[in-house]
Amino acid sequence: MGYARVTGAWWREGSRVASHDSHTGRLPGLFTSPDTSSFTEFLGVYSPELLPGRRAVPVSPAGDEIPHGTTIVAVSFPGGVVMAGDRRATAGNVIAQRDIEKVFRADEFSAIAIAGTAGIGIEMVRLFQVELEHYEKREGRTLSVEGKANRLATMVRQNLAMAMQGLAVVPLFAGYDEERDGGRIFSYDPAGGRYEERDFHSIGSGSVFARGSLKKLYRADLSAEDAALVCVQALYDAADDDSATGGPDLTRRIFPVVATVTSEGYRRLGEDEVGALAQAVVDGRYDSPGGPTAPLR
Amino acid sequence: MSMPFYVSPEQQMKDKADYARKGIARGRSVVVLQYDDGILFVADNPSRALHKISEIYDRIAFAAVGKYNEFENLRLGGVRYADINGYQYDRRDVTARGLANVYAQSLGTIFTETNKPYEVELVVAEVGEDAETDQIYRLTFDGSVADEHGYVAMGGQTESVAQALKDGYEEGASLEVALRTAVRALEAQDSDRRLEAKSLEVAVLDRNREHRLFRRLPARRIEELLAAGDGGSAGGSAGSSGGSSAGPSVEDVDDVLGDGKD
Repeated sequence: MGYARVTGAWWREGSRVASHDSHTGRLPGLFTSPDTSSFTEFLGVYSPELLPGRRAVPVSPAGDEIPHGTTIVAVSFPGGVVMAGDRRATAGNVIAQRDIEKVFRADEFSAIAIAGTAGIGIEMVRLFQVELEHYEKREGRTLSVEGKANRLATMVRQNLAMAMQGLAVVPLFAGYDEERDGGRIFSYDPAGGRYEERDFHSIGSGSVFARGSLKKLYRADLSAEDAALVCVQALYDAADDDSATGGPDLTRRIFPVVATVTSEGYRRLGEDEVGALAQAVVDGRYDSPGGPTAPLR
Repeated sequence: MSMPFYVSPEQQMKDKADYARKGIARGRSVVVLQYDDGILFVADNPSRALHKISEIYDRIAFAAVGKYNEFENLRLGGVRYADINGYQYDRRDVTARGLANVYAQSLGTIFTETNKPYEVELVVAEVGEDAETDQIYRLTFDGSVADEHGYVAMGGQTESVAQALKDGYEEGASLEVALRTAVRALEAQDSDRRLEAKSLEVAVLDRNREHRLFRRLPARRIEELLAAGDGGSAGGSAGSSGGSSAGPSVEDVDDVLGDGKD
């Protein structure tokens, strides 16, 4: 059934690229239409309705009832970067989802996370993942970290009209840079502005509180494990002051998604690892509800 | 006034088929065979940049012989087919059978509707949960599809290579044994052909990996495997097959990172 639909699209596509196809009879557009290694660009010709940027923009602004993802943090450390996100999605004052995942593997050496309209964000992530893999398979090489970050900027920009109607998505991108043997973090604005961040960054509704926490806890010589702990601390602080950010749920065993990207590739920390970190953070807060204190002088 | 010659459809098809066969036989061979952890692809191909073996999707790979620009075009189309289906539906919904159908349609159309058929032969293979569920499809220039089991040889002096494979192939062999069988078979192309790691393109679909199962073996690794196979030609292969199946997977992580993704 689905197969038939795809087949149908090729023949339609054939007329659009008739000049390419003329020498091969009615060869499907799949093999001939635009000579690009960008999946998005190909999709734009082949099946434009699948591209988020090509849809009709809602006439009136969307309200609160569509789920929104909240806080994401990223911390770099020598040799890599850690990214973490809480598990809550909210629709107005309702918790729409308590175990949503907002941090994803982008490819072997990068991670992406989203804040804002969850549905559009998750679609953007899927498209971005295929985009990177598609390029890699066709070209036989991976994109540079900057190349990936720029590609993502274009995708965010295509969503600008939606953002103006209240359906904004802002990703956070982190990758391992082989040349520098270190992690790099890129943030975005809804207009597609791309900004490289130093050391650490946070996005989403709780990002203000998380950023304050990161600022006090960050050190240049963090280990991967400590960088993960910093992230969990920062998410706890975000959840402490932002109602849309979920804290570690010890009763249901729902913990933040934490992932590292190093020369060994992308690795999502196991439930037990994050569980132990979250438990340590919560235990510490019994004695000191504000979390670890920074030296005054 | 000259009249165009009448050429019967039979003759026309036969001419095209002969033309394609000749083109394919000019190149060097590629063999595909099952081993205990998946499917092994070996090409007699000294080029590091122009591949005859490639990744299509998580569990699917592609091997080809013949004219480079033609099979490269098919490969690129195959990657598109796989990615667009995986994106629209789910990654599990991309299958070698579907891809083989697309290739069969395209090759068939090209063969019947154009003057010059593609001079290519392909294998599309998908690794399953076990050897029973592995799928290997061989496609020829006219769009016919064959469902293969065990091993496939194509291109170059196919008959002698296939014969050598038939003699040497054993089911459930370890990677070393399978690789050695494949290399012996490729050496059967010529009487005095001796293949070194540098002139081989080797890749596997390893069912024990995660996510994307396709992996190229770097020259260093090929050398190791061939040396291990040569070392104990009789007893060594049987003895090492158990332990070595775990060995490579650990080291594989290094190789992937060191080599980049292709």
